[in-house]
Amino acid sequence: MKARPIAMFFVAAATVISSQHLAANDLIQNKGSDTLVNVAQAWAEAYPAINPGVTVAVSGGGSGTGIAAMINGTVDIANASRKMKDKEKKKAKESGQDPVEFVVGYDALAVFLHQDNPATEFSFTQLGKIFGRGGDTTKWSDLGLKVPGCGSDKIVVVSRQNNSGTNAYFKSSVLKAAAKAGVISKGSFRQGTLDMHGSKDVVDLVEKTPCAIGYSGLAYATDHLKLACISVEDGASCVSPTVATASDRSYPIARPLFMYTNGQPKGSIKEYMDWILSDAGQCILKKKGYAPVRDVNCM
Amino acid sequence: MSQVRVRQTGNMPDINQRNTDWYIDKIVQYLVFLSGISAIILIVGIFVFVTIEGFGFLLEDFSFREFFLSQWWEPTDDDEPTYGILALMAGTASVTGLAMLVAIPFSLGSAIYVAEFATGKTRESLKVLIELLAAIPSVVWGFIGLSIMNPLIIDIFDVPVGLNILNAGIILGLMAAPIMTSICEDALKAVPDRYREAAEALGGTRWQVIYKTVLPAAKNGLLGGVLLGVGRGFGETMAVLMATGHAINMPGSVFDSVRALTATIAAELGETAVGSPHYQALFTIGIFLFTITFIINLSADLIVRGIRKS
Repeated sequence: MKARPIAMFFVAAATVISSQHLAANDLIQNKGSDTLVNVAQAWAEAYPAINPGVTVAVSGGGSGTGIAAMINGTVDIANASRKMKDKEKKKAKESGQDPVEFVVGYDALAVFLHQDNPATEFSFTQLGKIFGRGGDTTKWSDLGLKVPGCGSDKIVVVSRQNNSGTNAYFKSSVLKAAAKAGVISKGSFRQGTLDMHGSKDVVDLVEKTPCAIGYSGLAYATDHLKLACISVEDGASCVSPTVATASDRSYPIARPLFMYTNGQPKGSIKEYMDWILSDAGQCILKKKGYAPVRDVNCM
Repeated sequence: MSQVRVRQTGNMPDINQRNTDWYIDKIVQYLVFLSGISAIILIVGIFVFVTIEGFGFLLEDFSFREFFLSQWWEPTDDDEPTYGILALMAGTASVTGLAMLVAIPFSLGSAIYVAEFATGKTRESLKVLIELLAAIPSVVWGFIGLSIMNPLIIDIFDVPVGLNILNAGIILGLMAAPIMTSICEDALKAVPDRYREAAEALGGTRWQVIYKTVLPAAKNGLLGGVLLGVGRGFGETMAVLMATGHAINMPGSVFDSVRALTATIAAELGETAVGSPHYQALFTIGIFLFTITFIINLSADLIVRGIRKS
């Protein structure tokens, strides 16, 4: 609470000082989605070469963080891996902000397994029974699997904290669908999921834990993990998460990634957004393991 | 008083003259007074602030039944957000409880050793070390839990994850032990030597003197020390956040991951919109925590004071 006015003061002071000393050095505050933070950082690092007068300060924390900061008016651009809710838009309007939405890319939400796990594919129903409230899959043997290194046979369900856009998207796509199909009692997570504070923590934990199953953006995948092949219907052919399958939307849990500006962007913020959506910006996004908004030819 | 001063300073002509010394004296008096009452101002200020922030929730969305009896903490659910802290309370209670099981024998043992047995250099260096132990930042403890205890617990007990009640309980017990040791040692020292002498004169061995005479006499002080340790465990955040696994869960065994009340506030507060029901619900947890730790610390203080007076 208290930190915000102080932080704003420093930002304001920094802007004043820098604008006095380095002519027209604009600072863009960019904050939010943990899924987007890597590419946002890459954009911010590449941008000074294009426009040396602008500095972009990037921080993560989760989509909720970015959206909350947008509502509280403390950022110029908020990153989110989920859409802003109507309630949040209303709240932002009430406090004098006018969030404008941009889709800047797509991300495949990968389901991670320990590399020794023999499981290869999951349907929405199976995932629902593992992750969802009232689901009856709590042991790997329930799926007919024997996971080496997992003596207790218990499935360790790794999830994200409740303000994460990744958490919200997994819930609204996979768990809602499973609830509709009637395999779980409610379209929300079961109790006892380990709620990690970032995509990287999910990856770290699943890498080290043979019994674990988790999910996060594809860009966070490492060689020490197994990525599950996903199908919507039981028995249907499954699709593996890749940049290509996210681009052509054949991967069932691919989601748009958003950036929100306060009002229609103007000046340096508009230039920055235009550059992000240009081929150059989209190629950086593609290189980081996300799917661009349209077909781009990158070197 | 003024006479004393005149005699001390000697060459000061008139004590009532408002010279620089007089002003410095006044200013310092006020500054010291301000620092003296600052604790009161701060604690009242914090309580008022926390209450104001959480008040909207208490008036509108708060339901006593749901808040204390529901085990579902889902403040960000689109359809029907639920604010139940039962599972979080169970998490905090189980971790603190285990921490006390670890810390009480530890701290009581070392307090008895330092107060009754150790002498000279051993005693002095032990006291310094114990205070040093209390100064280790909680994030360092959390890191130990995350990177050392976690694989150790997995190896020894063959459980899927090592981030659980056992891990956090041991870490928290080690964190609470130094402060409990210091206070328990003070309590043992406060027992007059004539008690020991009398017991020894009756032919008691060293252990009999401690067990039958010193410990009963220091009973209240020891209880106060333990209660302060409980308060410390209750309010600890960072280490608990890192070592419990951060899973909302009704624990069934020490190998279950849980989530603490404090950790929930720490993890979620920075990421909610100011003034939203979720934000206010977190402050309501804050009020609840504040009340509990206040009661624990107050009763500890009263018990310790009780023994000093009598």
